[in-house]
Amino acid sequence: MTGTVDPTVVNLIVFVLAVFVGYHVIWNVTPALHTPLMSLTNAISSVIIVGAILAAGASALDLGSTMGVIAVALASVNVAGGFLVTQRMLEMFKKKEPKGGKRAA
Amino acid sequence: MTANQIALAYLVASVFFILALKGLSSPESARRGNLLGMIGMALAVLTTIFIILSGRIEFIFLAMVIGGTIGTFVARRVQMTQMPELVAAMHSLVGMAAVLIAVAAVNNPGAFGVPDPMPTGNRLELFIGTFVGAITFTGSVIAFGKLAGLGKYFRLFSSAPVVFKGQHLLNLVLAIVMIGFGVAFFLAPDKGWTPFWVMTAIAFVLGLLIIIPIGGADMPVVISMLNSYSGWAAAGIGFSLNNSMLIIAGSLVGSSGAILSYIMCRAMNRSFISVILGGFGAAEGAAAAGAAQKTVRSGSADDAAFLMSNAENVIIVPGYGLAVARAQHAVKEMAEKLIHKGVNVRYAIHPVAGRMPGHMNVLLAEAEVPYDQVFEMDDINSEFGTTDVALVLGANDVVNPLAHEKGSAIYGMPILEVARARTVLVNKRSMAAGYAGLDNPLFYMDKTMMVFGDAKKVMEEIVKALD
Repeated sequence: MTGTVDPTVVNLIVFVLAVFVGYHVIWNVTPALHTPLMSLTNAISSVIIVGAILAAGASALDLGSTMGVIAVALASVNVAGGFLVTQRMLEMFKKKEPKGGKRAA
Repeated sequence: MTANQIALAYLVASVFFILALKGLSSPESARRGNLLGMIGMALAVLTTIFIILSGRIEFIFLAMVIGGTIGTFVARRVQMTQMPELVAAMHSLVGMAAVLIAVAAVNNPGAFGVPDPMPTGNRLELFIGTFVGAITFTGSVIAFGKLAGLGKYFRLFSSAPVVFKGQHLLNLVLAIVMIGFGVAFFLAPDKGWTPFWVMTAIAFVLGLLIIIPIGGADMPVVISMLNSYSGWAAAGIGFSLNNSMLIIAGSLVGSSGAILSYIMCRAMNRSFISVILGGFGAAEGAAAAGAAQKTVRSGSADDAAFLMSNAENVIIVPGYGLAVARAQHAVKEMAEKLIHKGVNVRYAIHPVAGRMPGHMNVLLAEAEVPYDQVFEMDDINSEFGTTDVALVLGANDVVNPLAHEKGSAIYGMPILEVARARTVLVNKRSMAAGYAGLDNPLFYMDKTMMVFGDAKKVMEEIVKALD
C-alpha cells in the first residue's frame, strides 16, 4: 500500500463515526427535554458560522466574501438565539428541582 | 496556528458539542450541557477568527454583533407557546447560511483551502450541502408560516394541507432535473455558475412544494425533519470544505432530527413516507359533520370543579388547545388548588401533543409545574384504570378510542387511555373534529362530560369554583 488517504475518505470516516455517536447520545435524551434538544441542536448546527467566517475573511471584496458576511450574520442569530433560548427553557425545568432536596434537608 | 492545531481545536469543540447533547439526558445535567455547548461554540468561532486574522475582520464582527443582538432579543422575548415557530425560523437561517457559504465556495474555493477550480469530489459534496440547505430554507419558511398561523395572509401558509393534482409527480420531475444540473455542475470545466444557480433555484422550489401538503398536526414530524436537514446541510458543507467539525456537528444534529422524526412517526403509527407525502386529514373532514346528532353531556366549570375536588386521583391530559389558549398557568393554578385539597394530580403527555416534540413539557415547566408530576404516555397509561377523573384539555386525536378500531384512519396509533378513568372531563372550544378529521367516540360516552369554552377561561372559572 502506498500513498496518503484521500481527505474525502477521512471525512467519511469522521462522518460515519459521528452519526453513531449522535445516534446513541440522542436516544438517551429524556422525552421531556425534546424541545430544548431541538433548540440546542439548532444552536450547534449554526457552527456552520465557521464556514461563513472563512468565506467572509477572504481578502478580496467580492461576491464570495459578501455572501460570507451575510451568512455570518444569519448564523450569529442562531448561535445567540439557540443557546440563550435553550438556557431559558432549562431554567424553567430547574425551578422545581429543589422540591425533594429541600424537604430532605 | 498550524493546520494541525486548528484541527485539534475543532476536535475539542466537537467533544464539547457531544457532551452538551449528553447533558440533556436529565433536567439536572441539562444546564451544564448547554454551557458546554456554548464553550464549544466559542472555541470554534475564536479558532476560525484566528485563521483569518489577516483578512477583513471588521465586517465579520459587525455581522456577528447584528446577528447576535437579534438572536438575543428574540430568545428573551419569545413566548413558550411560540417555540415551534422560533425553531422553524432558526432552521431556515441555517439552511440559508449553508447556501450562501456554498455560493462563496464556488466563487472562491481558495478561501477554504480547496483547490481552484474546485475538484469534482468537492463539487458533489457542495451540491449536496447546497440543495439540502435550500430545501431546509424554504421548507422551514413554510413550516414557520403554518405554525405561526399566517394562513389567512398567504394561502401556502395554511395549516390545512395544500394539495393539487400531480403534486408528487412534479416533485419527482423537479428532483431529477435538479440532479441533472448537479451533474452538469460536477462536469463544468469552469466554476459552473449556470448549473449551480439553476439547481439551487430548483431546490428552493422543492423545499416549498415538499412542505405545503403537510397539515398542522403533522408539524412535530416536519419540524424534526427540518432539524435533521439543517444538520445534514452543515455536514455536506463540511465535506466539501474538508472541515471535520462541521461534519461532526452536522451529523450530530442530523441524527438527532432523524431520531425525533422517527419517535414522532411511531407515536402516530404512521410511516415517515406517509407523513411526507402529506394530505392527511384533508379528505375525511366531512365524516365528522354527519355524526353530530349523537348526544353529548355538557357541564359547567362548577360541575367540573365539584367532580375534581371530590376525586382522589386526577390526571390532566394537555394538548395543542392548551398551547393555543396559553392556559398553562391557569392549569397549574387549578392543579395547586386541587393538590391543596388532597387530590393526587398528575399530567399525562402524549409524544405528539402540541406542535413539536416536548412542546407540552416546556409549557408546563414554564408554569412551574414540578416535573415529577408530569408523566410520559408509557409510564402513566396503566394508571387511568384507577383514576377518578381524567381532564382532557384541548387534545383530541391522542385520546381517540377509534385508534383501537380496525379500519379507522388512526388505527394502531398509541393513545392515552383516558376512557378507562371513572369520569372523563373534556374541555374543547367546540365539537369540531380533530386533525385526523375523525369523530371522537370518547365525547359521547356516558362517563364523559364536555366543558365547552376557551381552555384558559374554563380553568380560571374552575379555580374560582374551587375557592
